[in-house]
Amino acid sequence: MEEPDAEPPLMVVPGVDSAARQLCFEWGPAEMLVCETLFGGRGGCRRAPPRASPGKPRFLAGAGEGRPSSSSVFVVRKDQDVYVQTLRKLFNESHGIFVGLQRSEEELAGKSRKAHLVQVSKNYRSVIRACMEDMHQAAVSARDPALHSQYSTQVSILSAMELIWNLCEILFVEAAVAGPLLIRLLDWVRLHVCDVNNMVREVLSSENPSKHELFWNVVDVFVLQGRMDEARHLLSKEASANPASLTMCRVLDDLMKKMPVPSLGNMQTLTELELKWQHWHEECQRYLQDGTFASNSHMESICKVLLGDENAILEKKELLTTWYHFLVTRLLYCHPTVKPMELRFYAQSSMDLFLGGESSAEPLDIILMAAFEFEIHQVIKECSIALSNWWFVAHLTDLLDHCKLLQSHNLYFGSNMREFLLLEYASGLFSHHSLWQLGVDYFDHCPEYGRVYLELHIERIPLNTEQKALKVLRICEQRQMHEQVRSICKIMAMKALRNNRLGSALSWSIRAKDAAFATLISDRFLKDYCEKGCFSDLDLIDNLGPSMLLSDRLTFLGKYREFHRLYGEKRFSEAAKLLLMLMTAHIAPCSFWMTLLTDALPLLEQKEIIFSAEQTYELMRCLEDLTAGKSDKQKLQDDDVETMKVEMLRLALARNLARVIVKEGTLEGS
Amino acid sequence: MEDVCAKFVSQKVSKARWRPPPAAALRPPDCFATGSWDNEDNRISIWSVGDLGSVGLNGEYQGEPQLLCDIRHNGDVMDMQTLSANQRWEKAHYHVDRGAACGGAACTGVICNNPEIVTVGEDGRINFFRADQKDAVRTIDNADSSTLHAVTFLRTTEILTVNSIGQLKIWDLRQQRNEPSQIFSLTGDRVPLHCVDRHPNQQHIVATGGQDGVLSIWDIRQGTMPVSLLNAHEAEMWEVHFHPSNPDHLFTCSEDGSLWHWDTSTSVSEKPSFLHQGGKSSTFFAHNTINQSVVSAWLSNDPTKDRMEITNLIPNQTLSVNSLDVLGPCLVYGTDAEAIYVNRHLFA
Repeated sequence: MEEPDAEPPLMVVPGVDSAARQLCFEWGPAEMLVCETLFGGRGGCRRAPPRASPGKPRFLAGAGEGRPSSSSVFVVRKDQDVYVQTLRKLFNESHGIFVGLQRSEEELAGKSRKAHLVQVSKNYRSVIRACMEDMHQAAVSARDPALHSQYSTQVSILSAMELIWNLCEILFVEAAVAGPLLIRLLDWVRLHVCDVNNMVREVLSSENPSKHELFWNVVDVFVLQGRMDEARHLLSKEASANPASLTMCRVLDDLMKKMPVPSLGNMQTLTELELKWQHWHEECQRYLQDGTFASNSHMESICKVLLGDENAILEKKELLTTWYHFLVTRLLYCHPTVKPMELRFYAQSSMDLFLGGESSAEPLDIILMAAFEFEIHQVIKECSIALSNWWFVAHLTDLLDHCKLLQSHNLYFGSNMREFLLLEYASGLFSHHSLWQLGVDYFDHCPEYGRVYLELHIERIPLNTEQKALKVLRICEQRQMHEQVRSICKIMAMKALRNNRLGSALSWSIRAKDAAFATLISDRFLKDYCEKGCFSDLDLIDNLGPSMLLSDRLTFLGKYREFHRLYGEKRFSEAAKLLLMLMTAHIAPCSFWMTLLTDALPLLEQKEIIFSAEQTYELMRCLEDLTAGKSDKQKLQDDDVETMKVEMLRLALARNLARVIVKEGTLEGS
Repeated sequence: MEDVCAKFVSQKVSKARWRPPPAAALRPPDCFATGSWDNEDNRISIWSVGDLGSVGLNGEYQGEPQLLCDIRHNGDVMDMQTLSANQRWEKAHYHVDRGAACGGAACTGVICNNPEIVTVGEDGRINFFRADQKDAVRTIDNADSSTLHAVTFLRTTEILTVNSIGQLKIWDLRQQRNEPSQIFSLTGDRVPLHCVDRHPNQQHIVATGGQDGVLSIWDIRQGTMPVSLLNAHEAEMWEVHFHPSNPDHLFTCSEDGSLWHWDTSTSVSEKPSFLHQGGKSSTFFAHNTINQSVVSAWLSNDPTKDRMEITNLIPNQTLSVNSLDVLGPCLVYGTDAEAIYVNRHLFA
């Protein structure tokens, strides 16, 4: 058994007397039931043994006099992020991207595949950013300070997520090579270090920027972020405002202009770039040593930065704000042709130099460091620990898996990491009353355990309306989960039956092809008929159609009703044939034979002869079968009505037989 | 499809309906309502889609629907219609005992013909209300032994209902007996029917959608079986709508996530286009033809003669499209992926 990575956090259940220290619990699919087991009783306490029996929540609400006790059952949920309203957009939009990614998997190959994966990654990020925007708006407009702080925390978590994702996109998905790597990292830093943006805006929008006190800070920011054009633009303002420094500005401007940077296209090889950079570096060195910038300390420090002097860069710590900014600036001015595999050394030293032992690394720093070291599994593991919700790690891992970057080392309980995270995330979705529909698609794309999880979860969705039941059923049918289909249809059919909606019940059992239930419903109908003497719900029975064949009893019901209809329309011979067929083909249940024979009476008593001799013999046989089946004891118990019925039948049959023999015997009749 | 504007609304959308602009105004509708379902706290929201001329704060989102207001709704929103009314009718649908707390049944469909309102529900009951009266004007108990899924007006005195055993029933409101005046059934399997709509001009043409995604066209003047069955979707068809002013166009949406536009207007140029607003001229034309026998394209489905164009309006389908509404050149639809989509240039 492995050791837990972090201490499990302590959670206090409000409303429970924690001093009493008597709690029992039971696991559910996504939550836990907890209740107290110490009750006030007269003269003592009753302790219920906290034995966990799987699947059965135990309600231990106790009555008791004496000390009042809490008789509630508490539901403890693991995943509370799922219930944050503002995150719902994130879940839905990312679901769309996820499904699109899984579906497009097969089509592409090679370079276009990589471009496609980068695009998917960008889509995820834009979804995170959109969510951040909304959350920010919500935070701004929130009156309640607790709510405001909650939203603000969420915003910072989301922005950290986007930061990490962006870095992973650069290093893993796009797998930028030396050269473009630096460009991407610069973009990354520019996008995410935004503490300085206000200052920049302020200076740029002032009337006389060069006179602003923060002017040089802004120039430094531009230089540190490699935004040479903007730095030069500001320098020209300084040059025009301050003619004394004109020469210095021109020199600096020239240096900045000539600085060689990696290009995104393949226009120059790395060696060319290195050569050019070497020359440029030497030129900067010359100017510095000549004392060109001696009179202006700002420009001198800028030149030092251009030369990659780490101390000079470190002096601008407040403008850098983070160690990864320091790292990128360092790389820009010391090693612009850095290779991906070399990043780890620079990252480690940058962090040490920047933090300088004053502050310890925060979780975010650890995650970023792991990314720079190309330890993907470590990144995911650290993120899982730091974040409260599986959303981030599940989607990121899935994307990285599509990039074929995760070795399939199996976790000790069986499935691989991607699948494990997706399963956890989707299970969290299923605990939500509405987001369960998203979870279905996630389970679909977990090849090993997805189906089993789905089967277990989908049966537990509460079905309040028929429409919801239909949607759940459709999901089960599309995946050939016949067990679940049957179970859901049975639940709905029972509900309908209890509410006396026989037609609904029948339509549910037809959907499930549940013959047993159809038999139950037909028996109900027949019972109603026997009690009331007429059929209820004729619109249903008259229009059964091919579904009649679902169960024998149902067929009988349909045919029996047809018999009544034929009789009503005075099509006696057809009615007679049908009646006989019902008995001889054993479609009718034995209990009903008496009723059928009694129905035959009026036909036998008609003036014209309906039953032929053969048919009359058949009827007699049926009657005899019926009476012979009864034991002697039953015959004694039969009341007068029963015996009279049998007598009348025998008489009618005999009379009919007599007439029909005569009729068939004569010349016209045969 | 650049004209389609999507918005994620953090609630699964069960119904979307345009608010009809006042009859005198000839502009397209700019306001619609949506209802949510499966939330602990369901809401009915009213949205406005701004004019295209106006540019909002972020220029690129100028077409996005803006929330005007919303109101809490008890239970899932199953159906919506526009009417001015000031009433609430509680417990209109219930199973056995009206007073029982858990005996309520879902009301699945509602239709209005100002000031009359008709509702149907899972309890097989049909209720008639008037906008100004507190109690139901009339109730037909046990009108159907199965669930009634949808209702629509056939004429002012007749309504059509569809139920979950594949039957289409016509009820004559002038008669006092509680029996349908006509019953139509599907051939073959009695698949539940989920939606029904009547042709705006030719009232004998009715379209229904079923649980197996089949679109059935019925001619209620003749026969008790559908005239044509068109295999459409792969899952339940939730809504079917004839375009109110261009009835050669039909729209269906389904659980399988697709929304289909059925177009029977043939491409022959001499046939005058019906594509202008106002239904009067098209019916006028229909009565005045001399040489052509105007059997509506919906009834005569000879594949060699009439070409029916069917387009799926959704490129990447994921979750179910629960509802759609079409009015003039504007289409709105809502999905289970918690998004609403508006297209204001349907026939461009």
